[in-house]
Amino acid sequence: MKMIRGYPEDMRKSIDNVNKTRSKRIDQIIEDLSLEERKEVLDNFHPDYNPKYKRNISWGVNKGDNVPNEVADVIEAYPMVNPDDIDLSKIDYDVNVLIIGAGGAGTSAALWANYSGVPKEEILLVTKLRLGDCNTVMAQGGIQAADRPVDNPLIHYMDVIGGGHFENNPNLVKALVSDAPKIIKWHKDLGVMYDCTEDGSFIENPGGGTSRNRMHCSKDYTGLEMFRTLKDEIINREIPYLEFSPAIELITGETGGIAGAILYNIETKQYFVVRAKTIILTTGGFGRLHVAGFPTTNHYGATMDGVVMAYRAGAKLRDLDATQFHPTGAAFPEQIVGLLITEKTRSLGAQVLGRNGEQICYPLEPRDVEASSLIKCCTTTDNYIETPTQMRGIWLDSPLIEEIKGKGTILKNLSAMYRMMNRFDIDITEDPILVYPTLHYQNGGVELDENCYTSLKGLLAAGEISGGVHGKNRLMGNSLLEINVFGRRAGITAANEYKKKSTVGKLTLAHVHKSIKALDALNLKDKRYSPTILPEYRSDIVRDRLVQLYEQSL
Amino acid sequence: MSKTKTKEENATPTVKIYIMGSMHEVPASLTIMKAMEYAGFKFKRGAGCRAGFCGACATLYRKAGDYRIYAALACQTQVEDGMVLTQLPFVPAPKGIYDVDSLQPTASSILKFYPEVARCLSCNACSKVCPQEIQVMDYVQYCLQGQIDKAAELSFDCVQCGLCAIRCPAEIPQYHVGMLARRLHGKYNMSTPETLIERVEEIENGVFEEGFKELKSLSKDDLKKRYIERDFVDQKKA
Repeated sequence: MKMIRGYPEDMRKSIDNVNKTRSKRIDQIIEDLSLEERKEVLDNFHPDYNPKYKRNISWGVNKGDNVPNEVADVIEAYPMVNPDDIDLSKIDYDVNVLIIGAGGAGTSAALWANYSGVPKEEILLVTKLRLGDCNTVMAQGGIQAADRPVDNPLIHYMDVIGGGHFENNPNLVKALVSDAPKIIKWHKDLGVMYDCTEDGSFIENPGGGTSRNRMHCSKDYTGLEMFRTLKDEIINREIPYLEFSPAIELITGETGGIAGAILYNIETKQYFVVRAKTIILTTGGFGRLHVAGFPTTNHYGATMDGVVMAYRAGAKLRDLDATQFHPTGAAFPEQIVGLLITEKTRSLGAQVLGRNGEQICYPLEPRDVEASSLIKCCTTTDNYIETPTQMRGIWLDSPLIEEIKGKGTILKNLSAMYRMMNRFDIDITEDPILVYPTLHYQNGGVELDENCYTSLKGLLAAGEISGGVHGKNRLMGNSLLEINVFGRRAGITAANEYKKKSTVGKLTLAHVHKSIKALDALNLKDKRYSPTILPEYRSDIVRDRLVQLYEQSL
Repeated sequence: MSKTKTKEENATPTVKIYIMGSMHEVPASLTIMKAMEYAGFKFKRGAGCRAGFCGACATLYRKAGDYRIYAALACQTQVEDGMVLTQLPFVPAPKGIYDVDSLQPTASSILKFYPEVARCLSCNACSKVCPQEIQVMDYVQYCLQGQIDKAAELSFDCVQCGLCAIRCPAEIPQYHVGMLARRLHGKYNMSTPETLIERVEEIENGVFEEGFKELKSLSKDDLKKRYIERDFVDQKKA
């Protein structure tokens, strides 16, 4: 196969079409879809609306809810530890606030608990991998905040509710949009470098489904810049944290409510018992479960562990029928298939094109609609581009950005994208990027209120683990916002709880025993275990040998 | 799909790589990270975001018949025949503990917490090893000269993998130095727009409360109507 500047010769013919049509397309605007047209494309092409990818949850509080098979799989699975094997009388860490998950929401919660009066010794932040192995650092495009005179939180509210198909919890949306400017101010005070114009005002871009430009950004490293600053503060304030120590089960207190967690050190394979008065779950989402068989933009540890633990303890879930597929995952080269090509490329003007070099849809629809339009084009027409590994994709015309905004715009604003494609010899200032939707975000999760209380006493939640903020579909720039808004609120709530002097009493795992009984009654064909902790990517040959060895050892 | 499919891949060309000295034959199309998984390694350390943003998978390697040491992120680099590689998933480099509110954007703020910056030999080993191709030595020198703005901008794309600190003969933890420079620049040199401060005040004064109350009282149909009718002032529509 002959390669020319990163692309196979065959794909070059279609790139010629893209180049030829560019000057004609520069001012061409495709009409966006009406609510009825949105519904039609979603019903027919979005994986959420395809019953073959889903089934009903068979036990517990949300019994009967229709969710992706992969979600049902981890919920209909046995605990990985026998509750009788854990000695709860020996408490390894006794703290006031336990925060499970050290991504953006967890670190915000830890900082705000500390700012609000919880002494650092009374906080413990635990995480599966390193401090900062999270989806936050991978967020590229930006964070929404309605701070311009032509904008305001009410307009932001409408965009969020409409994007979420009017199914969001209004109180959570109000909290999200009202706190947004405060969060940007907090970040500015910490020294987060948001992109500014020469005169010192913020650069603010549009996103899919936003009616104003309110996307604040730090090049296309927005999440990284934000997170490394929060991490720097965690270390400066000497807030204790444990790495490589995911929680695998919550612990209940004898007086009712959540009172701690079992940690599992994945390196030394030891279990540790933590007792705490308030537990904040900030474990993120489910990308690494590969819902509907899609590749994912998510980090290595995104396996929905928090939802599983909370569900066993009886927490109510919502909106898990809705999964976000990001419209533009990389479809070529093979090495990076499924990785995120930021929506900011479309914010800056890139259009989505078929093989013939013509636009296939309005480029800034809400994500679920945009993704469905791309899937429609690739499955019902021949206007797609095929890769050497028979993957179908659509062109994202990045060179158009340089035509609209001037030479050098890509290097300055999309340096991560430029760098990633350049590693595979593709120059995105000269050539388009091949894309196809990829699994991106868990829209639903643990139900909470605007102060982050879940349905269980002692248990708070914040971030991607939660449901209700985004309804059935999240807009770009509202996840970086969510982790800060609700992380902060969870920290403040934990500090309020800290001031109320109360105790949790004796620790129990009664809810785990109860879950096992409920699972036994299901007579499951496959005996699975969860939480998943890490996905399995070793080759079949290796895994077959491991199974043989295990069977011989019995 | 990200799951490895043995049958198909066996039909594709393979290369021989050496993982910490042991030879493994792996499909030629894989990244270093996926090749190690194909060979049977299950990562605990050494894999994070798997997309080039977290710095967990810093990797050093040599190639057959080549004396040079190469650096890469394992998730962003395709395997090559004859690669001899090792991962460096952790770097022992303590971070300074500071209160950014009590500092100034100056060289002395940097030197207070990282006095070893003054030992820079200008050998450029840090820049050569950087998998992000950042001009690391240049930003260290800017720090020394008190040009915090330039240091912040030049270090901006750092994913904090720490390879620079391992190669540095002056034992400088460059990636921590860059972090401090960026915070000083972001906090002291970049202004906070008045519009932001005014909006925060408006929200705190409850300016939008009536509006929220009204929006929350609308039926779903009225909300839909309001949504369809909303204006787009920044973007061109068909």
